[in-house]
Amino acid sequence: MAAENKRPITFRIKRSLDGKRDASTWEEFEIPWEPQMNVISALMAIQKNPTTKGGKDTVPVVWEQACLEEVCGSCTMVINGKVRQACTTLIDAISPNGEPVTIEPMTKFPLVRDLIVDRSRMFENLKRAKAWIFIDGTHALGAGPRVAPEEQEVAYSLSRCMTCGCCTEACPNVNDHSSFMGPAVISQVRLFNMHPSGHMNANERLDSMMGEGGIAECGKAQNCVQVCPKEIPLTESIAVIGRDTMKRALFGWLLK
Amino acid sequence: MAGSKSKTTTDGGKVRRVAVVGGGLAGLMTVIKLCEAGVPVDLFSLVPVKRSHSVCAQGGINASVNTKGEGDSPRVHFEETVLGGDFLAQQPPCLGMAEAAPNIVYLLDRMGVPFNRTPEGLLDFRRFGGTLYHRTAFAGATTGQQLLYALDEQVRRFETTDVLDAQGVSIPGEPLVRKFEFWDFVQLILDDNQVVRGLVAQDLKSMEIRSFPAEAVCLATGGPGIIFGRSTQSTICTGIANAIAYKQGAIYANGEFIQIHPTAIPGADKLRLISESARGEGGRVWVPRDAYDKRSPRDIPEKERRYFLEEKYPLYKNLVPRDVASRELFAICYGEKAGIGGRNEVYLDLTHIPEAELRKKLAGILEIYEKFVGVDPYHNPMKVFPAVHYSMGGMWVDFDRDARGSLKVGSARNHATNIQGLYNVGESDYQYHGANRLGANSLLSTIYGGMVTGPAMATYFDGLEKSAFEFPTSLFEKAEKAEQKKYTALANSDGTENPYKLHAELGDIMLRDCTIERHNDAIDKVIEKIGEFEERYTKIKAVDTNAKSNQALPFARHLEGMLILARVIAQGARNRDECRGAHYKPDFDEKNPKAVNPIGRDDKNWLRSTLAKWGGRDGAQSKVEFVREFDYSIGSERIHITDEVDISLKALQKRDYTKKKAAFAADAPAGQPKTDAPAEKA
Repeated sequence: MAAENKRPITFRIKRSLDGKRDASTWEEFEIPWEPQMNVISALMAIQKNPTTKGGKDTVPVVWEQACLEEVCGSCTMVINGKVRQACTTLIDAISPNGEPVTIEPMTKFPLVRDLIVDRSRMFENLKRAKAWIFIDGTHALGAGPRVAPEEQEVAYSLSRCMTCGCCTEACPNVNDHSSFMGPAVISQVRLFNMHPSGHMNANERLDSMMGEGGIAECGKAQNCVQVCPKEIPLTESIAVIGRDTMKRALFGWLLK
Repeated sequence: MAGSKSKTTTDGGKVRRVAVVGGGLAGLMTVIKLCEAGVPVDLFSLVPVKRSHSVCAQGGINASVNTKGEGDSPRVHFEETVLGGDFLAQQPPCLGMAEAAPNIVYLLDRMGVPFNRTPEGLLDFRRFGGTLYHRTAFAGATTGQQLLYALDEQVRRFETTDVLDAQGVSIPGEPLVRKFEFWDFVQLILDDNQVVRGLVAQDLKSMEIRSFPAEAVCLATGGPGIIFGRSTQSTICTGIANAIAYKQGAIYANGEFIQIHPTAIPGADKLRLISESARGEGGRVWVPRDAYDKRSPRDIPEKERRYFLEEKYPLYKNLVPRDVASRELFAICYGEKAGIGGRNEVYLDLTHIPEAELRKKLAGILEIYEKFVGVDPYHNPMKVFPAVHYSMGGMWVDFDRDARGSLKVGSARNHATNIQGLYNVGESDYQYHGANRLGANSLLSTIYGGMVTGPAMATYFDGLEKSAFEFPTSLFEKAEKAEQKKYTALANSDGTENPYKLHAELGDIMLRDCTIERHNDAIDKVIEKIGEFEERYTKIKAVDTNAKSNQALPFARHLEGMLILARVIAQGARNRDECRGAHYKPDFDEKNPKAVNPIGRDDKNWLRSTLAKWGGRDGAQSKVEFVREFDYSIGSERIHITDEVDISLKALQKRDYTKKKAAFAADAPAGQPKTDAPAEKA
């Protein structure tokens, strides 16, 4: 569509200056269309001109961002009801005829302000899962283990997790009544457990998935795999780790 | 702190820490080396370190492992790096880096980086610019992300490890690494002798401003790409930490050397990189012979396409170094108006490569193209144009030579700035890439830099006579209060200038007149304009005064730093009347028939580092002093530094990639690579 046919786009943004969800309010902004416009460039336009559609002066909306090419995981938001990265949300795709765009913060993490939530829990989960290889040190110890190309392809697909939180947001089993860690960390356990030297600590990681908030609390809703921006086979990972933890629960004591 | 006392704690039992600012590859590697040396670290980052700009590096990391039987070696890698940098890189650290590279890649492999593999299960290597060898290890086309994750994981491991006291007993509640994520570095704390004793930082959620004692501080804060408005860099890459240290007396070197990457896709918020690895895997750059050819690119027959890089550079073809490629694209689009449809775009074509292969090796970048442009690059040539990408220049840092002339690892001089106790590493330093960086050398230099900086800081830490904790608390309180006062003043600024708008104006002018082609009259205007922006900055408006997650006020602070560094860059570019690497002035190009003074590279006058020193302010406007020499201290040692470049390991040579034989071949010990026969016709 030619630029002259493009009308200004209305953005409805859920705001909270103090991080209290109950007190959230909606503000509307009207932003001129521009080529290659995405949700980020619209939010940037608000920074330059923080005035609502009704002409009221307001403060710029705050959000997390960094790379703007969907590789850092910062800019996760709920856009038109769907959790996704704001940078790859192109306006021409979600508002082809100038339809209004709704932007909200994620709901499964503590709200900080406006579109910013606190995802530190996800990083804490990685500590609990010991999501690393236990290397002996960074001095020269020669080449790493050989890995078949097919193995590498699986590992790479799992290793692209940006800790963006989309899977956690979409998961019905992550809620106020559960302590479920969410799908991302389970997939990381699979990643490290399949690595030739990471495998040496596989049981420690499986144990970390078996306690409270662990894999047993997955309700197999399969929402996670649908919203993952990196198309990580999360449900496959949950199946693999589910099987491995099951084996460990049944026979682990024999192998100790 | 005499040697008999505990290394990690004071007499009062306080844990002595060093601070690392920046959690990208360079910062994290520095942290890991410090932890291995038993030195506790406070790690500060604007974002969770896993989201640092290193994630954007795509193509790979160089290491001359020579698994393809081509006769590659670290020596050749070193020579190509130095030549690629047009002889402005310091040669001893470059040699150290090239020699360490194979073990660095092995280390990353041991950490679990999912590098692409050969059918035998070995590491695979691809080609990159400025070389004829397969030297670049890669994990799909998101290598930086994968490397960053590996180091992030190792640092997380140290977050769960306690500090040990002198008896080797762990101190509960004192992890080896304390992370301060979403914290903005705002000031170095210097004692009366200008030695670093800590820093002041601000929590970007609660906006609390706090001082932290630190035995040494390392800035690993990346590039300043956001000075140019939109670039391939992340929005956090404002260069602010370097600007702060520069204002406190650190020397900034070679600021004018800004790399323009030939292939990026335009966007309203960002220019997104399409990695050089696209060409490394066989991608071809072309324009239609008739710029206004209406046909779809797929329907334009071979003979009606102009593969302009292959025609001019028969040996390196599409893999000439970035400065060369960017200038050619610029000449085609601006000079000849021969871009696609007369626009500033050329084709980057991968459609002749089987889709399955592309998916294995380049999916990461092709996905970016597909998501942001909405066109399938597996079957349609991509449309690209150059974009600001990397800063070769940065904080001046020292190095120590060993007997062979390589880098002496463990010396406290390595990566030390001229402020005692302040270190700098990664894109934010200046020493590895000279006037132009070769592709896939940035990931290497960040990690090698970290492997050298960690031990250097540990040596410095061990040699300290006095701990930061032995200074009166007033030193820290004073610094903290000063910054709180500045922040309050910023919050009370009630002028008319919106900082975001002012930044956009700065970006526009820097991008237009201070990048690929530089003309002295235009740069004079840029400098004048920067002065005008600095005047306007004094009339800034606090567009947000909220006490929680305020982004507008820290941004205004960053803008002040961007204006300061913009002047360093522009003034450095104005002064350097020659053509060298990424710094290109048509008026001095020996091949330009219209050149005013056709000298090309001027080794007689300009084979030297630009050294910029903060000169205070004249009213609102900042001043730069350029110096040719200075002294600095480490402990009791006084060291004299000049702007001379260390070229002790490889003699000067003309940089020419148009010939049919390898550009480095003059004195390289290894033979020609076997796989790329020079006889092949374009």
